[in-house]
Amino acid sequence: MCGICGCSNPSNTGKFSAIDGAKVSLLTTHNHGHEQHSHADNQRLIQVEQDLLSKNDAYAAENRAYFKANKIFALNLVSSPGAGKTTLLVETIKVLKDQFPIAVIEGDQQTEHDADRIRATGVPALQINTGRACHLDAHGIGHAMQTLGVKANSFLAIENVGNLVCPSSFDLGEAHKVVVLSVTEGDDKPLKYPDMFYAADVMIINKIDLLPYVDFDVERCIAFARRVNPTIQILQLSATKGDNFSAWTDWLIENMS
Amino acid sequence: MHELSLLENVRSILEDHARDQNFQRVEEVTLAIGALSCVETEALAFAFEAVMKGSLAENAQLNFKHIEAQGHCLGCGQLTVMEMLYDACEHCGHPHVDVVTGLEMKITELKVS
Repeated sequence: MCGICGCSNPSNTGKFSAIDGAKVSLLTTHNHGHEQHSHADNQRLIQVEQDLLSKNDAYAAENRAYFKANKIFALNLVSSPGAGKTTLLVETIKVLKDQFPIAVIEGDQQTEHDADRIRATGVPALQINTGRACHLDAHGIGHAMQTLGVKANSFLAIENVGNLVCPSSFDLGEAHKVVVLSVTEGDDKPLKYPDMFYAADVMIINKIDLLPYVDFDVERCIAFARRVNPTIQILQLSATKGDNFSAWTDWLIENMS
Repeated sequence: MHELSLLENVRSILEDHARDQNFQRVEEVTLAIGALSCVETEALAFAFEAVMKGSLAENAQLNFKHIEAQGHCLGCGQLTVMEMLYDACEHCGHPHVDVVTGLEMKITELKVS
């Protein structure tokens, strides 16, 4: 029999099943000459329409459902290393920790340093060391939530690995991706790393207190970001000096409710 | 190198299908990759052999189908070909284009035995 299409085996003809939401079918047509068979007898082709991220996306959907059921406002903070994500979180916690419960999941390749900084504020934090991996994934976040015991009606900040490339693809179940860009970086980062700025709903331009000392054109940066993502919301602030910081905490409170 | 994670996902998907569709070996894997997806086919090809080693897809051949990227222009409403996420409309030059195709990263076909 033709192993590819199962043409001499009526039981295979037209067989069709759905697995894991993917469309899977055995091929029922063939256009090759049977006298030229070179494939092994039991070979066959299977049509699969399944996203490479489907496993991660399924875990992300579970996380999102859990967040929704428990009224947990989850943000996925992304940036290059050193843009100020941890400082932003530490200062955010100082302002908001008396208003609602806050928990933090920290992603870094190595060390507990960032989680230690968060814990010093009195808020629970769990460090995920990704080792060789360059991003957090939804499965790891599900386990981290259980370990942390994230409370209902709370704010969960997920600080991703400092990397403007890989984390853009991995949905964690968050309400929004927030990309942090500091003025000590290039103002053309939105064009250099468009995937991340396309995936994010909010861009924070951080360290604006340093603008007099650096060659960073805020308007150019905003124009580049909007070129990639016309609807991205943009906040400009300094987490260390507090400049315009309330724009961010106001945004958070408004979007939590 | 998120390509490693993606390939680990592929391996897991293959194992699911092997169980459900009753096959033991994967001889070929075909992936459809959009022009705007954030994955490098060279990096996928490079890591494929290492990730599949010891699995049902060890020594399997990896094929790629490239999907052209097209967007819907927010200015003139026409479809326009895109090479970058921030490409302007090729018809009217409007800077904002909604991606319609080209972000795909999916498994489309397996040859199994």
